[in-house]
Amino acid sequence: MNIVVCVKQVPDTSDPDTEVHIDGTGKGVDQGKFSFVINDADNFAVEEAILLKEKHGGEVTVVNIGPEAANQVIRMALAKGGDSAVRLDDEKFAYSDPVATARLLASALKDVEYDLVMTGCLATDDGYGAVGIALAQLLGVPHAAYAKTVEVVDDKKLKVGRELEGGLLEMNEIELPCVLAIQTGGNEPRYASFKGIREASKKEIKVMDLAATGLSEDQVGEAGSVAVMTQYSVPEVGELAEILEGDPAETAGKLAGILKEKGLV
Amino acid sequence: MDYDLTEEQRMFQQMVREFADNEVAPVTDELDEKGEFPYELQAKMAEMGLFGLPIPEEYGGSGAGLVTYALAVEEISRASASLGITMAAHTSLGCLPIFFFGSEEQKQEWLVPMATGEKLGAFGLTEPEAGSDAGATKTAAELKNGQWVINGTKCFITNSGTDITSVITITAVTGKIGGKKEISNIVVPAGTPGFTVSPPYRKMGWHSSDTHELSFSDCRVPESNLLGGRGDGFKQFLKVLDCGRIGVAALSVGMAQACLDESVKYAKSRVQFGQPIGRNQGISFKCADMLVEVELSRNATIKAAWLADQKRDYSREASIAKLFASEAAMRAASSAVQIHGGYGYVEDYPVCRIFRDSKILEIGEGTSEVQRIVLSRGLGL
Repeated sequence: MNIVVCVKQVPDTSDPDTEVHIDGTGKGVDQGKFSFVINDADNFAVEEAILLKEKHGGEVTVVNIGPEAANQVIRMALAKGGDSAVRLDDEKFAYSDPVATARLLASALKDVEYDLVMTGCLATDDGYGAVGIALAQLLGVPHAAYAKTVEVVDDKKLKVGRELEGGLLEMNEIELPCVLAIQTGGNEPRYASFKGIREASKKEIKVMDLAATGLSEDQVGEAGSVAVMTQYSVPEVGELAEILEGDPAETAGKLAGILKEKGLV
Repeated sequence: MDYDLTEEQRMFQQMVREFADNEVAPVTDELDEKGEFPYELQAKMAEMGLFGLPIPEEYGGSGAGLVTYALAVEEISRASASLGITMAAHTSLGCLPIFFFGSEEQKQEWLVPMATGEKLGAFGLTEPEAGSDAGATKTAAELKNGQWVINGTKCFITNSGTDITSVITITAVTGKIGGKKEISNIVVPAGTPGFTVSPPYRKMGWHSSDTHELSFSDCRVPESNLLGGRGDGFKQFLKVLDCGRIGVAALSVGMAQACLDESVKYAKSRVQFGQPIGRNQGISFKCADMLVEVELSRNATIKAAWLADQKRDYSREASIAKLFASEAAMRAASSAVQIHGGYGYVEDYPVCRIFRDSKILEIGEGTSEVQRIVLSRGLGL
């Protein structure tokens, strides 16, 4: 089974020192001090793809939209067992909404043979949760979002468990080819071995610019987007909000006092 | 001149860091308290190639350089010094003697399962009355009917008593040449009759690393278990110890870095007299000094490892790195506890464990005093 897995590089939000500041354009954030990692859900998608490959054979192609620095997350996916990669890189791709993003991903697949396409279900930076679904629509194939378990039934069918509220698992049969937007927690993403990392440096990352995608300028970036992002803003502190200041021991004490006072505990 | 790590080194460093943060750090205190050897973590580390980094792939290793090895030891030790020494002692003391001096047959039999991390190896040099003075070794091996008959005691031997320990290479007196002891290295498989592993030591620190006294009483191994040439034991273990010093230096860097991280975090959050204690220069300067020493220790360690990777002599640099980094780690641990005040003296904060774990750095793989002897002799003194 040939699998395509789409990965996004995002700021590392697990780092407590990550502070978000809106940049001069008002449409971006200052990325100077960020460290970058693979999007959390995409990490699970990569693991699911490699587990399926190990069980059923085939090749895993990693697809990314990003600058050269994104090679870091691509190479790591290759080190864990991916076979080849495509990186879509052109300044005209900036400000693509989920539909334009999906269009770019679809263009990268025109020369790739695939049975299954996986994305993460949600990006931790912009949080649309829509790219996988839009991609399925553009490819004209069925999709399942928030997929947590994936089993191969036969050459033409998968059994997919979707995670619902309260941990409920909804089992579906879905025909191949299809797109699965993978939820976190369904597997245990592996750590790449040194040998895997060494192998990854020998694997090809094909770079595609706008011309290579075969798309026109008005199909990508802001021009190709259905929704156009206009501005970021920081929420103002409302009158009802009380921000507790001090060290954790102090703020925890204050919080406990407030909860008691209001009769909430 | 290039101070940058290669992409391969950076990626592996990042992967080991993630592993240390996500898998090791959360269980370090529990393992330390119980004094348990972490078999599960060891197996996961083996899958990443961490138990045979500098050993070529044909012998089950990863074929990485010592720079990569030092980076990995640092990251693991930042989360757990016990795991750091388990990995470092296995690699330099367990694997390297057989890799450097073993025959092809010995490598296939013993090195391959150790370099994959399926088995652990150890090296037995120290004795109750022969520590820094290795020439005072008493353990004797007598060749009788095609077998070495070994009698004696070894102490403080890391990785020597785990469920997956395969072999211990020991130094033994195999005769006399011109009135001087002839010292050779002999490989003793775990479980050989006459070879007894004592219960683990009750150590000050490194609680989840495996350390034992070993005794040999008419313990017989085949003549073919001799490693390299008869009488080569002395120069063999000197070569092994050079590499071991890079390991201990890297361990020290990781632990000093952990002290710095914990101290800065605490200095920012602990409020006394109406402000975080880090606003006081008495505290902030300690952190600045720690930062300087971590950086210098790391540079010295990586330089020694780089020289080794270039196939150049690195004995002096390894000794410098080991001496400076281990003493810097002890100073960092002492400062870190001081910054934490009373909380630094209780096990709820990691610096308490790191303090206990640090002292041995100035002792193992050649004490600070031995390093100074080696270095001053190099100066012709």
